[in-house]
Amino acid sequence: MSKKPGFRLLCPMPEMDFDTITMGHGGGGKLTQDLLKKGVFSLLDNDWLREQDDAATLLLNGNVAFSTDSFVVSPVIFPGGTIGDLAVNGTINDLAVSGARPTFLSLSFILEEGLKMDTFWQILVSIREACAEAGVKVVTGDTKVVERGKGDQIFINTTGIGYIREKAKLGVKHIRKGDAIILSGPLAQHGIAIMSKREGLEFETRLESDTRPLHTICNQLVDAFGESVHLMRDPTRGGTATVLHEIAGQSGFGIDIFEKHLPIDNEVDGACEMLGLDPLYVANEGLFIAVVDSSCADQCLEAIKKWEFGEQASIILKKWEFGEQASIIGTVTDEHTRQVVLNSQIGGRRVLPQASGELLPRIC
Amino acid sequence: MKYLSEFRDAALVKTLLRNINKTVTGQWNIMEVCGGQTHGLVRHGILDMLPDKIRMIHGPGCPVCVTPVSLIDKAIELCLEHNVILCSYGDMLRVPGTEMSLQKARAAGGNVRILYSPLEAVDIAKKNPDRQVVFFAVGFETTAPANALSVMQASNLKLTNYSILSAHVMVPPAMEAIMGDKETQVHGFLAAGHVCTVMGLSEYEPLVKRWKMPVVVTGFEPVDLLEGIWLVISQLEKGEYQLQNQYKRVVSNQGNRQAVELVKKVFEYRNRDWRGIGEIPLSGLFLREEFREYDAAMKFKDIKVPEAVETECLSGDIMKGKIKPPECPHFGNKCTPEHPLGAPMVSSEGACAAYYQYKMQS
Repeated sequence: MSKKPGFRLLCPMPEMDFDTITMGHGGGGKLTQDLLKKGVFSLLDNDWLREQDDAATLLLNGNVAFSTDSFVVSPVIFPGGTIGDLAVNGTINDLAVSGARPTFLSLSFILEEGLKMDTFWQILVSIREACAEAGVKVVTGDTKVVERGKGDQIFINTTGIGYIREKAKLGVKHIRKGDAIILSGPLAQHGIAIMSKREGLEFETRLESDTRPLHTICNQLVDAFGESVHLMRDPTRGGTATVLHEIAGQSGFGIDIFEKHLPIDNEVDGACEMLGLDPLYVANEGLFIAVVDSSCADQCLEAIKKWEFGEQASIILKKWEFGEQASIIGTVTDEHTRQVVLNSQIGGRRVLPQASGELLPRIC
Repeated sequence: MKYLSEFRDAALVKTLLRNINKTVTGQWNIMEVCGGQTHGLVRHGILDMLPDKIRMIHGPGCPVCVTPVSLIDKAIELCLEHNVILCSYGDMLRVPGTEMSLQKARAAGGNVRILYSPLEAVDIAKKNPDRQVVFFAVGFETTAPANALSVMQASNLKLTNYSILSAHVMVPPAMEAIMGDKETQVHGFLAAGHVCTVMGLSEYEPLVKRWKMPVVVTGFEPVDLLEGIWLVISQLEKGEYQLQNQYKRVVSNQGNRQAVELVKKVFEYRNRDWRGIGEIPLSGLFLREEFREYDAAMKFKDIKVPEAVETECLSGDIMKGKIKPPECPHFGNKCTPEHPLGAPMVSSEGACAAYYQYKMQS
């Protein structure tokens, strides 16, 4: 399940006096200290954490983006990830689509009494792995324990700070008629992977969550194409349709989407058909939508697909391997304002409605 | 994908539309019986592609929509007041009962679980011997075999804490009721493909003969739906009435005999109240006497729920094809998917929800 299966061998779980989390682990006393020292501090060690002060002291220079998110996913360990890497990547991605390079994170746990220590350890290791991969530092945090039944194993909150890239000029107000809408990869992988493991809905699949950090590719895009990139968003909860709705609503333009250009994995498509779900409303954790000037749409798409950023790119980051299926899925229009219209594969048209609450699989 | 993409083929759709346009001369009302078909027609934008001469009427084939309020109230009462683990298919959760929906009951502390198969509910019963587990058995003939199987399995395992709250309804009696209703002007039917997968075709032949109306068993993809419509109007234009099977890749004449036998073994036909429509003779599946210990309606028969109060919802008129959803005065005002007045606004297969969600608001 881990993307680097060998990694865990390097991080054996330390000897703990308890094999589950108890109320005492949140009491602030010896048990708390023990848990922190052996767990969080040893795994995520850095200059700031070593200080063990009540607050991290940061020297910030320039424009920063600041974002927070809470994670309550169930099951906490799922195909392709854990609630831990999800929490790290989730906040990183909110910063990334704001045109920032994520730098510092806070990390807060709410643990439910009875959480298995090895589950907690696996989550901590995945957090370390995700932070290392993304080059971000956890500089402050908190751990609380609630009574059994008052939580769902573990909830995590992360807050992040990142430096805005110099050339980033992102915002709904920059959107223009004719802009192209790019989706960076195949739809609905995360939501369907999670659902395949939910009690009562289990089905066999090779699918994995697409949880991954997006800042390398998002930073490169704004570095290379500057103000031609008008807006970026990551379509997590509520899926792609929900983000398109937000964009249409906030910009006052309409959006046209073309079904035949939507990248989707066959297995995801099949699972959605079976469960009666529309993949456009299913959650993603490693996708972004970019609204770009039509004059550079093809270049942006090629750059995402093939990682060809040319000389404009000011920083060289790790190669982006996930853009092969990126696609221009639609355009911004001044017709049907504030609405998202889907042009179906067979030539029909329909309004993509706003999602209403929980996704519920249908009867037959 | 095999069995999916080829039935969403744009070129094939164009050809079928051309055939339909060439064939149609009269003004025809065609009812697609199944909510899944309504969903398909709207989702793919097909309604706007059809010639004006063809009017699609959306039938009562949404199980969520026709489940009586009193059964929903009972399910809510069971999980809120009697410590029952109430298991249900997902789209039952938002349907409004008299005071609340199962979703709200869950928020109020009721143990409500969304399942995809009733066999999971049997499993939950096995794992929770000290709790009563009830599966809300909603659906047409399509889901009845699985629910019957869950009863058989619970019986084999000698479980005493599993039962089903049967809200099963059958398609042919409802079609007959619509055919016999003078106010509904339906000329031909697209019968529900998946229902016939289970039951086969034999029940439809007498209907076709008695009411002299074309019935075409039809699938759910754009090519299926358009081919079904074309077959119906071809018959209508020639003044013929026959039973045809468009959905041959899935539906056989005899249906799934094993499944039918199982359903017959566990259930019997009785009169059933349909929400918004009223009682239809011999249209419901009820557990047979020998399985009464698995019948939640019997097991908890002392739990009374008050008579359901009539709402302003016009779902009956909509499901009988008398009005279209946008013609309802409450559509989109008082009644939205977030605050539904009635069931057709809830399920993704409900005609009102389908219209609300997908139709171009032009």
